[in-house]
Amino acid sequence: MSDSSTPAAAAHDAHGAHHTNYVKIWAILLGLLVVSVVGPMLGHPVLTMITAFGIAFVKAFLVIKYFMHLTVEKKYIGFLLLTMLAIMLVFVAGVAPDVMKHEGQRWTNNAAIDAVEKGLKEGGGHHGEHPAEAPRAEPH
Amino acid sequence: MSSTATETHGHGPGDGHAHDAHGHGHHEQNFFLKYFWSTDHKIIGFQYLFTGMFMALIGGFAVYAFRMQIAFPGMSVPGYGRVTATDYNALVTTHGSVMIFWVAMPVLIAALGNYLIPLMIGADDMVFPRLNRLSYQLFLLSVIILICSFFVDGGAFGGAWTSYPPLSAKPEYNLTPLGAPLWLTAVAIEFAAFLLGGINFVTTLMNSRAPGMKMFDVPIVVWMIIIASILFMASVGPLVAGAVMLLFDQTVGTGFFDPKKGGDPVLWQHLFWFFGHPEVYVVLLPAMGIVAEIITTFSRKKLFAYKTVIYTAVGTGALSFFVWAHHQFIAGIDPRMANIFSVTTLLISIPVAEMMFVYIATLFGGSIRLTTPMLWALAFIGEFLLGGVTGIFLGASGADIYFHDTYFVLAHFHYTFFPIAFIGAFAATTYWFPKMFGRFMNETWGKVHFWGTIIPFNFIFIPLFLLGARGDHRRIYDYTHFPDLMKPGMQDLRILATLSLVVLLAFQIVFLVNYFYSAFRGAKAGANPWQANTLEWQAPSPPPHGNFPDGLPNVYRGPYEFSHPDRQEDYWPQNSAS
Amino acid sequence: MSSFPRPIATTRSVTGISTGKLAVWWLIASEIVIFGGVLGSYVMHRIGHPEWASQAEHTNTWAGAFNTFVLLTSSLMAVLAHQAAEHKDGKKAAKFLYFTILGGLVFLVVKSFEWTNEIHHGFTLTSHTFWSFYYTAAGIHGLHVIIGLIIMAVIAQDAKKGIDLQRVEAVGLYWHFVDIVWIFLFPLLYIAK
Repeated sequence: MSDSSTPAAAAHDAHGAHHTNYVKIWAILLGLLVVSVVGPMLGHPVLTMITAFGIAFVKAFLVIKYFMHLTVEKKYIGFLLLTMLAIMLVFVAGVAPDVMKHEGQRWTNNAAIDAVEKGLKEGGGHHGEHPAEAPRAEPH
Repeated sequence: MSSTATETHGHGPGDGHAHDAHGHGHHEQNFFLKYFWSTDHKIIGFQYLFTGMFMALIGGFAVYAFRMQIAFPGMSVPGYGRVTATDYNALVTTHGSVMIFWVAMPVLIAALGNYLIPLMIGADDMVFPRLNRLSYQLFLLSVIILICSFFVDGGAFGGAWTSYPPLSAKPEYNLTPLGAPLWLTAVAIEFAAFLLGGINFVTTLMNSRAPGMKMFDVPIVVWMIIIASILFMASVGPLVAGAVMLLFDQTVGTGFFDPKKGGDPVLWQHLFWFFGHPEVYVVLLPAMGIVAEIITTFSRKKLFAYKTVIYTAVGTGALSFFVWAHHQFIAGIDPRMANIFSVTTLLISIPVAEMMFVYIATLFGGSIRLTTPMLWALAFIGEFLLGGVTGIFLGASGADIYFHDTYFVLAHFHYTFFPIAFIGAFAATTYWFPKMFGRFMNETWGKVHFWGTIIPFNFIFIPLFLLGARGDHRRIYDYTHFPDLMKPGMQDLRILATLSLVVLLAFQIVFLVNYFYSAFRGAKAGANPWQANTLEWQAPSPPPHGNFPDGLPNVYRGPYEFSHPDRQEDYWPQNSAS
Repeated sequence: MSSFPRPIATTRSVTGISTGKLAVWWLIASEIVIFGGVLGSYVMHRIGHPEWASQAEHTNTWAGAFNTFVLLTSSLMAVLAHQAAEHKDGKKAAKFLYFTILGGLVFLVVKSFEWTNEIHHGFTLTSHTFWSFYYTAAGIHGLHVIIGLIIMAVIAQDAKKGIDLQRVEAVGLYWHFVDIVWIFLFPLLYIAK
């Protein structure tokens, strides 16, 4: 399909007329990368969230818009991808109460609670080169 | 089986821009190339169909063996031998996995989708024929791996098709150190094959429709197969992730699902069922699509509410993402989640019921022709309804506390799955047989096969509902160990179900003989023996390579213009210019 | 590749989107759910197990950051390849695709050094569930990188001869997706300490 007479190739030529400066976008992405590395080094949890994770979303948006040209693509493509993301949110929402939390209405996950406690207690002294061990929960 | 290797050029009025698409040397291909290396969608469809039929024999043999063990515990099963407890687990696992992944999906989606979609949208093939071939080859690889798992040390995996850890993760529990990872690998490869196939199907439908065919002129079965493919694509991801994690747990000792190592076995259940529930709709929708095609043709009426059926199917698919944990009501999930999932589960019965009502309304007032395919389509409606309503009991989490893991669940899902996988498949194969082979199947033997299947089917599963309600647990290989479950009459019901199964299996021989005999020696059929409207019936029977030797069709109307008042004929093909 | 007789079906485009590109969008859609499953499972475990921080602090943030830089740059190369293909310059498109591939290879080399180092220190796939997730998630991502490199190489070969230039954009889309997955993997595995 290498001739321009197909409707597909014609659509191609039409939006190839954007003159996005891709190098400029790349430079912005690199700047954001620097911020996302430096930010967490400052140690504030909220700042870390915003710089590390918030910026990840911004970077992704830039790649999606300028490199993948999703914003000039047919609208349903964007809806399709958003739907898939929404499905992932449904998955996490439905599973987190069982897997992320370690207790709920009339149940507790003793193995996990013990592992967390033990790990947090030990976590203070282990830095550097020894391979850290997996915290083991005592079987009840 | 007939696609010739000489390519015919399908250049019709509709395709101005495809100037050199078929410019290549013509040559007769040898037998191997023509039937095993083909990229023709019809041949690939047959490959999936026959592989699926073969796997049905395996799944059927497995159920025969383990049901005989239940009915006559400890006795040697003719054709198998003694069924030990380990054998039993492997047999039930094999039966379940094979029937869902290697029979229902390949026959209903891959075989029918491949065969029908290009024909029904007026195209000459799928958009990616080589990817199509690769998809089948991956699928075949998964079949080979699964069958290998039967012969390795320790034997086939016996952890049930749901494969819950820690049973599935630890070889010291499942006793199948090779069988378990082989099974999991086969499933994962099968998923990859269907993902690739799904992309092919969806792209073909979106881009390659005949000129004049708007999305709402597309036959329902094509819509359904596409919606099913999208549903599969959207739901299988977490399970692919889970399969990789479980494979690592099995083979290298990671602890994704091991609480002692910071993992969680309930996570596997969620990963599995998040896919597992939409999966049942993945197989249901094509079956419903098949029924729609058949009932419109054989009641000479348009579908009562075409757009509603499509919207409902999409709605069912969407809702199916919100019900999965009803499989886990007593697994220890948070009860507040159980409340939510109960409500959504009860809600999902509504759109499916609504589709059934549309079908019944389509039949009402129609000029009914009770051919064999029509019998199968009607049986689907009746039997599936029974399955559906029994699901309501199970969807209520309180009732499920009692019913979970009993034969009540099993009978429920067989009253849904059997109609989907077998009634749907028989409906499709008998309906499209004349197109595929240019010959008719024998009607009389078709009806013998029909009654010989439907009647025993009910005698298998109604006893199982009763047994389940009386407390029969699933996955028990010898009920004589449980005095509470050996109350008077219970073992008799088990024997009744098993003997009915044997009768049902025996009648499948009628189908196989009819199918293969008629393929070579059946009465000849023309292009449109059922006088239907959809485009596949406007191509020769069987269609040659390229499908439409007189040129790819243009479309002027919808697919169900039957009994139109202005017409003499009671049907109006989609591509008829007048 | 051009000796295969393409069906008319492949050349049609009722939606107006080229067939190959449409297929890649669907592929990306299905991959979102796969990576979503892996990452969602990881996130839930990581949040539920704050004590994993003592393991997580041993990931090499500089290697991760450098690799992010490498992938972002290779994405730039991929979109420049697309721009060249749009101007029907097959040779230039191929050149940029080769740079993209180079970026992918650098990524893999850095990763192999990184992992070798971590394994020497005893942080293996089985030493702790944090590392199980780490290697699995990055490993599945790495597999996608490798597959992408192979496909890009094939397409670059054809593009150099001016054949099937529309595929440059399609493979670029796949590559940008792989890049975006890494954009999220980086903070999840390297920053969340």
